[in-house]
Amino acid sequence: MAQTAPEARRRARVRSMRRKEIRTQILGRVVLIAMSVIFLVPIAWMISTSFKEAHQVMAYPPIWIPWPFAWENYETAVKAIPFLLYLRNTLIICASTIIGTLISSTLVGYSLAKIPWRGRNALLILILSTMMLPFPVTMIPLFVTFGKLGWINTFKPLIIPAFLGSPFYIFLLRQFFMTIPGELSDAARIDGASELGIFGRIILPLSRPVLAVIALFQFLGAWNDFLGPLIYLHSDKKYTLAIGLQMYRTTNYVQWELLMAASTLVVLPILILFFFAQRTFIEGIAITGIKG
Amino acid sequence: MGMTRQEKRALVMGLAFAAPWIIGFVLFVAYPVAASLYYSFTEFTGLDITGFVGFGNYIEMLTRDELFHKSLYNTLYYLSLAVPLGFIVALCLAMLLNLKIREVSIYRTCVYIPNIIPAFAASFVWLWLLNPEYGLVNLVLEQVGIWGPGWVSDPRWSKFSIVLMAQWGAGGSAMIFLASLQDVPRSLYEVAELDGASAWRKFRYITLPMISPVILFHVIMALFGAFQVFTPAYIMTAGGPANSTLFYVLYLYRNAFNYGKMGYASAMAWLLFILALVTTLIVMKTSARFVYYQGEER
Repeated sequence: MAQTAPEARRRARVRSMRRKEIRTQILGRVVLIAMSVIFLVPIAWMISTSFKEAHQVMAYPPIWIPWPFAWENYETAVKAIPFLLYLRNTLIICASTIIGTLISSTLVGYSLAKIPWRGRNALLILILSTMMLPFPVTMIPLFVTFGKLGWINTFKPLIIPAFLGSPFYIFLLRQFFMTIPGELSDAARIDGASELGIFGRIILPLSRPVLAVIALFQFLGAWNDFLGPLIYLHSDKKYTLAIGLQMYRTTNYVQWELLMAASTLVVLPILILFFFAQRTFIEGIAITGIKG
Repeated sequence: MGMTRQEKRALVMGLAFAAPWIIGFVLFVAYPVAASLYYSFTEFTGLDITGFVGFGNYIEMLTRDELFHKSLYNTLYYLSLAVPLGFIVALCLAMLLNLKIREVSIYRTCVYIPNIIPAFAASFVWLWLLNPEYGLVNLVLEQVGIWGPGWVSDPRWSKFSIVLMAQWGAGGSAMIFLASLQDVPRSLYEVAELDGASAWRKFRYITLPMISPVILFHVIMALFGAFQVFTPAYIMTAGGPANSTLFYVLYLYRNAFNYGKMGYASAMAWLLFILALVTTLIVMKTSARFVYYQGEER
């Protein structure tokens, strides 16, 4: 009999813990659903507005699902500004910077991770410390220099720096390359392979996941960049979507349904990309979060 | 130096592979940093340097330029709200998303998505949501009988509106916190539970210390981001109303590219850099007592 009392107490405690767990689960679920709604409502409202006729845009109480769908807003929005031209400009910059950064950052990352040269750790520290430099510090001399080179109003100031490596990607690649066993490259070196051969035939093929992460991040970076194009692109033939979107607005009048249609068109590719590349995104977050 | 042939070869190859960044560093970092420091002591229109003024630009901004004071105040105001709030929101989200719920990955996706929306598009969407008369936020408030403020048109609310909007992107930091929460060994909590520790004590004495390095990293990055807040103010409010969202970098941008005062803007950039560095150093120094690195003896 003496043993049952503590046994009963233990069971009661387990039961109360389980009850508490169920309570947290229900409560957590309610809060999480509320949070998810709050975080998605702005996107839903953007899409909803984009399908409204002008008189529905400002209706009270708010209309969530307009009927009929004003598909023509999209046609009007695309024709109201040179949308397709700006899309083309944006894609040119995205593609060029992805190529540029993949070539340059992998080379530098390889040097830091796989070539045992004196001074590479000092270089790594220098590379990391440049990440802490606020853009306004270099912004003005860069603008002046690019101006002297005749690069203002061209995509060059936005593209060419990507071919010279980006600190964040270099660091990611260095961390990834470090995890590749040295035996592979050592064996190839003994067999007389050149560094470039080891880099291209052994290291890069093993690095596809991290290359995908970098391509994805760089695409988003270029697609989302606002300050760069704002500073360097002045002619309305050279704008990117980020700058072009402001043209739906005159000084005191905004056509919200058109602006929201255009915003939807800008956001949509990113959302599609997200759903198709969700695993790459998650890998990217993990790499940047834990090792960053 | 006594280097073997192999070491020499490694040095040459290492430098050759690192050459892109070294060239980039000289052209796009070292030279511009030096040039902007030099410009900051001059009157510079962008075309011609019309005079060397020593510390004139710095003295001007610190003692006379009221718009500068306003912009510094606005940025510090934004920073002191946005950084703590951003931290709390992200950590709370991360803890919620760490609950053992079957469909939790759906919630993770929902909360993360706004983070990948470009700042310029988010600014337009929020400008519309926060429209004082027809914006969804005030329409919904009106339905429950609250007369919403003029979010972006009222100088008393405009900075707060931008802080609020910034929270929409909290999902990104939340995912980083979530990853570090998942790295905390279960066994620590189990031991604490056997000792009958409350949820708060588990959070305070296990969770917080274990994720403190990630918190420190988050806070420093958030501070740097907040010092440079630009796009929302440029798009949503153009610095207004009544200069209430004239943030530091927006005013710097205007000096450089609208007023042709590039020397002055360079001085502003350097002061910003120094401010950000000093703030970071203070955070690092004061955090040394709170941040716990695994494997470190205490």
